[in-house]
Order: sequence, then C-alpha cells, then structure tokens
Amino acid sequence: MKWKAIATETKLLLVGIPVFLWTMIPIYHLFLFAISERDSATSGRLWPKNPTLQNFETVFGQKHFYLTHFWQQLGNSLLIAVAVGALTLFVATCAAFAISRLKVRGGRTVMNLALFTYFIPAAFLAVPMYKTMSNYGLLNNRWSLILAMVTIAAPYCIWVLKQASDKLPWELDEAARMDGATALQLFRLVYLPLMVPSLVAVGTYSLLLAWNEYLYGFLLLSKETDLTLAVALGNFLSADDSPWELLMATGFIYALPPAAIYYAFKRYMVSGLTAGAVKS
Amino acid sequence: MSVAASVRPKALTSWELWGRLMVVPYLVIFVVFVVYPVVYGLWLARDPQNYVKLAEDPVFFRTAINTFVFLVVGVNIKLAVALGLAGFFVTSRWWIKVLSLLFILPWAVPSIPTILSVRFMLNPEWGVINTTIFKLTGLDGPNWLNDPTLALTLSILMHIWKSLPFWTLILIAGRLSIPTEQYEAASVDGATSWQKFRFITWPSMKGLYFTSLLLSMIFTLGDFNSVYLLTGGSPADLTHVLATLGIRYLRLDQIELAMASIVVALPFVLPLVYVMMKRLSK
Repeated sequence: MKWKAIATETKLLLVGIPVFLWTMIPIYHLFLFAISERDSATSGRLWPKNPTLQNFETVFGQKHFYLTHFWQQLGNSLLIAVAVGALTLFVATCAAFAISRLKVRGGRTVMNLALFTYFIPAAFLAVPMYKTMSNYGLLNNRWSLILAMVTIAAPYCIWVLKQASDKLPWELDEAARMDGATALQLFRLVYLPLMVPSLVAVGTYSLLLAWNEYLYGFLLLSKETDLTLAVALGNFLSADDSPWELLMATGFIYALPPAAIYYAFKRYMVSGLTAGAVKS
Repeated sequence: MSVAASVRPKALTSWELWGRLMVVPYLVIFVVFVVYPVVYGLWLARDPQNYVKLAEDPVFFRTAINTFVFLVVGVNIKLAVALGLAGFFVTSRWWIKVLSLLFILPWAVPSIPTILSVRFMLNPEWGVINTTIFKLTGLDGPNWLNDPTLALTLSILMHIWKSLPFWTLILIAGRLSIPTEQYEAASVDGATSWQKFRFITWPSMKGLYFTSLLLSMIFTLGDFNSVYLLTGGSPADLTHVLATLGIRYLRLDQIELAMASIVVALPFVLPLVYVMMKRLSK
C-alpha cells in the first residue's frame, strides 16, 4: 500500500516538474535578463553574478534612444486599455440586456452576427480594417486602435453576458413590470447589480485584450508618441544592435499589470469566461 | 379591464423601444467596423488576376502547407495535452494548486515579452540554449531559427506554450462538472485509471473537447504573434502562415493579394464557423 502511494506521487511529480519547467523557463529568462548587466545576461548562469536594477533605472529615466517616450507609451497603453474596457462594457451590457431581458425583436440575429464576428480570425480582419481606418481618416490616431479593439472584444463579451443574464430569474422582470418600472429602471436597479461578477469578468477581459494587443497597434499607429508599449517593444527588433537587457526590462514592466490584474480578478475571470464554453 | 388593455400595448412599446435603442451601439460598431471592412475587402479581392498571381507565388504554396500543419498538428497536440493536464490539475495536492497558479502565466501575460525572451534563448551565438549545449558538449548548437522546419516547429511550440493554459482551464471546468461519485464507484469496482478515462471522463467530455478543438483551430488561424515575433516568416519567407502572409502582402503594398490570400481560406474557415455557431447559439 505504501509503495503504491509512493508510485502515485512519483507519477504526479513526473508530470508536474516538466509542466513547471515548460511554463516558467521563458518567463524566468525574461526576468533574469531584466536584472542582469549587459554582458553577463547571456552567460547561462541561473542567477546573475551581480544582479542589478540598473536596467529599470535606465527605462524609468528614459535614458536610451529606444526609450525616449517610455512614459508616454506606457500612458498610451493604459489609456487605450481603459477606454476599450469601458466602451466594450457599455456596448456589450446594453446589447446583452436588450437581447436577453427585453427580448428585443431581431435579438437572436444580433447575437448571431456578434458570434460570427467573434469567429473571424483577428489577423484576417486586420487587413481590411487597416484599409477601412485609412478610408475613415483615423489612421495614426489612437481612436482607431480603441475602436478596432472594441469591435474585436465586444462579441465575446455580449455572448458571455447573454449566457449569464439568461440565468437570472424571470420573476424579477415581471415584478418590476408590475410595479410600473421602466426598462431603464430595471436595467439600473435590478439587472446591473445582479450581473456584477460577469461584468467584472468581461471588463477585465477586454481591458487585457487591448493592453496585450500587438498586431492592430503595429498596423494602425506609427507616430512615436502615439505608440503603445507593445508596438514600441516590437520596434526594438528592427535593429541588430538592440539593447536586449533594456528590452527585457521594459517587457517585464509591461507584463506585470496584466498578470496582477489577472490574479486579482481570477475568481471572476475563470468562472465568467469558462461558463459559456462548458455549456455546450 | 379597459384601462389595463390600453396601458399594456403602450408599456410594451416603450420596452421594445428601449430594447432597440440598446442594441444600436453594437449594431453601429458592427456595420462600421465589420460589415464595411469585410465588404470592402472582398471588393478589393474581386479581380481573378489576383488569384493567378497568388497561385504563382511560391511563398503562398508554402504558407498554405505551414498553416495546415500548424492547425492539424499543433492544435491537436495542444488539445490532447490540455485534456491530459486537466486530469492532472484536478488531483488534490497542495503543490498542484500552487503549480496551477503559475501554469496560467503564459496566458495571463502579453505575448511580446515572452516570445522575444524565447527568441533570445534561441539565438545561435549567445542564446542560453546554445551556450549550454556548448558548455556541456563542446559542440555548437543548431542555428534554430535559420532552419525552416525547426523554425516552424518552434513557432508551433510557442503557440502551444501561449494558449495551452486557456484550453486546460476550459477542460478543467468540464472535468470538474463530472460528479466525483462516478470515479469513486469505479475505484471500488477496481477500475484502472485508463478505464476511468475511457468510460467516465471521455464520454462526458467528448462534446466539449471537439467544440474546443474547432474553436481553437479558428483562433489559431488568426495567431500572428507566435510566428511573426519568433521567426518573422524567415528564413526566406518559408515559415509564414496565412495570418502573417496577409500582413506581409499588406506591408508590401499589395492589399489585393493580401485580401485574396484571406478569401482563399474562406472555404475552409466558413464551414468551421457554421458548425461553431450551431453549437454555441443554441
């Protein structure tokens, strides 16, 4: 019996250790680079001989050619992520409420159109989106990225919110109607408070989607001071003599907020985002 | 009675009115940023000459094969591993709980820094992998990203690294919805873990597994980062997939070809989308 228990634990460890290494090596390598001096970063040591915060100081002080607009670009990323989160939340909540609770005529069609959009691979839509933004005169304007990201984020959010709001009891709506509540009162006083967990989930989802986006930013923005941090990081690649340790330090700073937000809202994210998929 | 009758239609109208008003923001976005681009894009790709040019471009043929390999091999491996890991992560051990928190990191952090980190690890001269190979064996390691087969394989692995946590989460959720009594009863009857998988896990997770497989294929088709940031399509444009090829044409100012390369993929994408919509919109 004891041997069998040991065998079970060994088997679990034989899965766990490779999973741990597979997951952590690229991230640890990123971190290691960020705290290493320029020449020692590539030595292959597990911990640098002289760990340093020098790279972060250079980044925060914008003391390198590639980093002249670091704070501005960090601000752009933040602004765009918050704007996308807020706009998507507004658009998706209204649509989900109208479709699921008000049973607006044609609601099913709207839901199907949204789902269809959700299934267009983002990189495919990027090509005509670029041309479209240019036709609208929005190219090189941060609004183009915001609107493109809302377009991409909204369908999934509408779908998740609709799934969640279909589960709310109908008696609430009937009671509200009996009491002579308007649709808007039902929305504000009954619907929104009950939907908070799902709203947190989709709000965080769209915020992170925008913060993490590279392709659309890279296509739609080009002025140094308009770029998001993601695009600025990609620009490091254009030169052979790029300061890799600074790139990794900047990348580390850029990766921290989404990781923190994810862990802070983990409870909502996982249940909110997996609930819909598991159903089918 | 007559009062109620006269109030009701009016009330209904106002609710219907609000309903219509509240779907307008999304419909505006849909028309302006989905319908217009799609129609305009199809119109750009209307000239049959584009498809002749596309067929004559050796890069396109290679891209089609790469994309196929990416989807069929990459996604199947990813989902199979995710299914296995779902079983691993539902085991109750304190260290597996800790591991599951770390495991999500590739998905929770943005692609750019981590993919570039891997790109540096693979640098043939000073990357940590070849440095280690040299230290251990005294031999020079391969020039990883300069070999088209290796480079594409590494892109696929990069893609798996990034999206495995998400699909594992989905499958864990499905796995947790199976009542534990079934497994307990099977244990009492002396079932092996394979039998438990075969007769309990698989039958109840089949549907979710295939939904995930199709959905993941559609998403993988749009994965630009794993290829572009790791290989950039090089060496010699041999590692492109459709997602990066369209952007390549766009940057070469050949938007008609870019759109044509997407239109060519539609006969494969649309049936997948149709099946998915049937599954998800019920």
